Amino acid sequence: MLKLQKAKFEIGRDFDRCVGCGVCVNQCANEVHFRDPYDESVCADDIKCVGCQRCVHLCPTGALRVVSFASRTREHGLWTSTVINEIHLQSDSGGILLSGMGHSRPDTVYWDRILLNASQVTNPSIDPLREPMELKTFLGRKPPLNRKNSLDAPEKYPQLELEIPVMFAAMSFGSVSLNVHKSLARAAMSQKTYWNTGEGGLHPEVRAYRDRAIVQVASGRFGVSPEYLEEGACIEIKIGQGAKPGIGGHLPGEKVTGEVARTRKIPPGSDAISPAPHHDIYSIEDLSQLIYSLKEATAYRKPVAVKIAAVHNVAAICSGMARAGADILVIDGYRGGSGATPLRIRNDVGIPVEFALAAVDRRLREEGIRNEVSLVVSGGIRNSADVAKAIALGADAVYIGTAALVALGCHMCQNCYTGKCNWGIATVNPRLARRLNPDIGTLRAENLLRAWKHELAEFLGGMGMNAIESLRGNRLMLRGLGLTERELEILGIKAVGE
Amino acid sequence: MTAVVRRVEAQDEYCMGCGLCRLACQVAHSAYPLSIVKAMKTGSRPVPRMSVESSADGMSFRSVRCLQCEDPECVKICISGAATRDEETGVVLIDEQKCVGCWSCVIACPEGAIIGPGTGRGKAYKCDLCLEREFPACVAACPNRALILREVEVVESTTREG
Amino acid sequence: MKKMLREGDVRIPAGCAIAALVNLRGLPFAGTRIADCIAVMRERSNGLGGGFAAYGIYPEMKDYYAVHVFFDGIPEKREFEYQLRRHFRVVSTGPIPTRRNDEIHNPPIIWRYFVSPENSLLAEEPVRRQEFMVSFITGVNAASNGAYIVSFGKNMGVFKGVGFPEDIADFFRLDEYRGYLWTAHGRFPTNTPGWWGGAHPFALLETTVIHNGEISSYDANRRFIEMYGYRCSLQTDTEVIAYIFDFLCRRLGMSQEEAALIVAPPLWDELAMMEEETANRITRIRAVFSSLLLNGPFSIVLATPDGIMALNDRLKLRPMVAAENEDFVAVASEEAAIRKILTGINRIWSPRGGEPVWGKVDLTHPEREPLYAGEGGSDDAEAAKSKI
Ligand code: SF4
Ligand code: SF4
Ligand code: SF4
Ligand code: SF4
Repeated sequence: MLKLQKAKFEIGRDFDRCVGCGVCVNQCANEVHFRDPYDESVCADDIKCVGCQRCVHLCPTGALRVVSFASRTREHGLWTSTVINEIHLQSDSGGILLSGMGHSRPDTVYWDRILLNASQVTNPSIDPLREPMELKTFLGRKPPLNRKNSLDAPEKYPQLELEIPVMFAAMSFGSVSLNVHKSLARAAMSQKTYWNTGEGGLHPEVRAYRDRAIVQVASGRFGVSPEYLEEGACIEIKIGQGAKPGIGGHLPGEKVTGEVARTRKIPPGSDAISPAPHHDIYSIEDLSQLIYSLKEATAYRKPVAVKIAAVHNVAAICSGMARAGADILVIDGYRGGSGATPLRIRNDVGIPVEFALAAVDRRLREEGIRNEVSLVVSGGIRNSADVAKAIALGADAVYIGTAALVALGCHMCQNCYTGKCNWGIATVNPRLARRLNPDIGTLRAENLLRAWKHELAEFLGGMGMNAIESLRGNRLMLRGLGLTERELEILGIKAVGE
Repeated sequence: MTAVVRRVEAQDEYCMGCGLCRLACQVAHSAYPLSIVKAMKTGSRPVPRMSVESSADGMSFRSVRCLQCEDPECVKICISGAATRDEETGVVLIDEQKCVGCWSCVIACPEGAIIGPGTGRGKAYKCDLCLEREFPACVAACPNRALILREVEVVESTTREG
Repeated sequence: MKKMLREGDVRIPAGCAIAALVNLRGLPFAGTRIADCIAVMRERSNGLGGGFAAYGIYPEMKDYYAVHVFFDGIPEKREFEYQLRRHFRVVSTGPIPTRRNDEIHNPPIIWRYFVSPENSLLAEEPVRRQEFMVSFITGVNAASNGAYIVSFGKNMGVFKGVGFPEDIADFFRLDEYRGYLWTAHGRFPTNTPGWWGGAHPFALLETTVIHNGEISSYDANRRFIEMYGYRCSLQTDTEVIAYIFDFLCRRLGMSQEEAALIVAPPLWDELAMMEEETANRITRIRAVFSSLLLNGPFSIVLATPDGIMALNDRLKLRPMVAAENEDFVAVASEEAAIRKILTGINRIWSPRGGEPVWGKVDLTHPEREPLYAGEGGSDDAEAAKSKI
């Protein structure tokens, strides 16, 4: 049967430059490039290319171009090439469309429609090179402010202490390589923030970084044991994730190799399936029970975070979570990434984190409990400006997952679910995983945090502040550009010029 | 007596078998060390002084080059006096003029670091540590820091002759 | 013509001059002195707001709450009085005496009441009564129905308006009042509708605040404090600062020292050099109250019946000079202003950022007039403390 699926990319090779070294051949795990056995020349099978740009970067002579396949269907506003391709793919295969990474449709990125303020004349901006800029942030439950002496029981309120309000989001070993864990864990350690194990357990080789680890407990309960809970600085219960609200996780058996199986405590080669719900959480009371059993198990020495996907009534859910005992609320917007997710769910379920954050922060304030819990957001945080805006909207800190992987080399080919990540990130194949040297990975992740630290300091100084907490929830520092009145109202910000 | 000499250390764990080190070596030892394209496309192909090996399952790789042994088997076995060890730098060299292509050193090298058969040149070639460069070409080319330049201290044996 | 927005409709940044003078023995002196002081700093104001807070000025009425109110018109006054009488017994009422001053234009109706809460329906408990009075004051002011409570406290009052401070002093005949603690404020708003209620000091019960600066953390502070029942209806820094101190000191029962530590905590780097136990305590406090850190340039004087606390921002981005002699502590934006009114100065210095300056009235001084009606007995203040 003729396959209707089209190539997405075309490979351009400049034969004047190509020296036939074969680097592209050995680097493309998708077997796009191959050496013609008849004349030893290097050729390409374009249809297999996912556009990861690995060969382009590694080709020593700059002979390669990987560009979008130019041939398109006739222009149509509704039936775009993408839409047609998707249907062809499904009619070729009969399967659910899978994808990696987050929401891919070019919907409005609200971060880009929000602008930050700066001081002029009436108050001075502060020079971050000359004055200390304080980014230290504490996450965890704070005492209710009705009595002064509630401050005197610090042991009841364990805190995470961050030197930059940016943490590495949950990405399990198995969905990403151990080298990714090593890179992020070490960077979190040196930059004094936290990394998250994801639901795949804690590998012995990254145990050294447990003081800065947030250990995740998800519906599959992979790798969870009393020691595991004891090892993290914080425990995160994952209810949902932005890339796939309402559905569970699926790590295909091919990715469950020996090491992954051992860390997850499951048989090698078996599919690691996280059910859609936690089968012991069918209600808020059940969540509360799980929170408190985890707290009991760790003698109330660690904060417990609960992560959900941003969905329509996120504000009410978060308020319930706070009351159920969650110390840190994590909201993952619909742009949040994933190793493998049904494309339809990724693109069409959930809401942008900007609105979820604004709604939750407002709701918690209306209920007078905002100060008692910490709020962490994730899902499409791309740069320090997004971080600053998220904090001004009301977040205490953010998680970055995709941005961290991009720092390690990810080129957003969105084929994480195939296990053939050419950049050695979303794979446990030893041939590919070795491509990420954790020494380099650590440096790159550290560099990213360092750079953002400087930029956050610049933003703060420009706004006449020298401490990040003065920006938190400071929506007066934000203005909306090209937003409707209703959007502005929900975000709780004024329009530019107001 | 001790001397500080440079060595290339391979971290096989992070070798991804791309072969860029090998290509760089080839270019560095060609007539056009500044241009990969010219080096590779003008005249006969230059010979690399090292190689990249892959495990049988294709899952792991090794970048192989001369270890610059203190008591080199290749020097001991060389029948023409082409292989020598420079006492000052600790580098083992093969003089192309003197080499007669008997492949004794190729067989004797425990590391399998000597290149010869299959190049069509009838001479043995090996890593010279790119002493004239700031960084060995292979080290500079490795995209994954699987090759590291080290300055090591070696104890010069007094019993050995120069 | 489109009506100009006034405080409360829009947030207006302002620069200012501040001054405070307190007699440490609680002995009264005339308002002329503070007016002279603030007049020295005339170029720090632009004639769009000036005001004074005075303590100890109503000794013969000290058992009653003095209520200073601005009205836009007679109907508003009538409506306010109806509200007031519902909750309080009005002991005495009348206009606040003023004097014609050519520089002062369009004053509102300015009235003064002395009230007693005894016949109110309130609980006996003083803490609840205070709480009620706060909500009464903020309720009236937030409604902005043409009545604005300028101050509401025992043996104290706030006099303010649109004009240069020395003209305001003349207009209100402050030379005729004698108090043991005075603060003054001259305003330089960058955009003003010139509304009398928008001038400073800002008062909440017996606490008054004057402030020079612009708080960059304003909205973070506001949104925090509004969780605890406050409404920042004026949208000014001074208002939010007053609420923060009210929340920390009156509601949570913290000392002013602790409150100062919250609004202007030491830098984390400085903590690293402190003794561990202290550092841990401060860290804990800051972690919990981080949203109350006041960021950006400011110099504040917080006045209560028992004295003043003056505080600069952590980086000392606004000027503030303090001085003391045998009997007085004075604080002002400029040294010249202090030298004008204080002789025999023992010490004059520029306090470090984040380091509070105290001017506490010696409550045990024999020559002092009693500050509160039931001082030493079962008074509001005492009761408030017992709550903690
Ligand atoms: S990597 Fe570049 S030079 Fe080498 S074979 Fe491929 S295209 Fe040719
Ligand atoms: S999949 Fe990646 S490495 Fe392979 S050809 Fe395409 S861009 Fe190059
Ligand atoms: S360049 Fe580096 S990664 Fe590539 S083959 Fe050589 S040693 Fe291995
Ligand atoms: S040091 Fe130089 S000669 Fe030796 S292997 Fe590396 S590139 Fe080749």
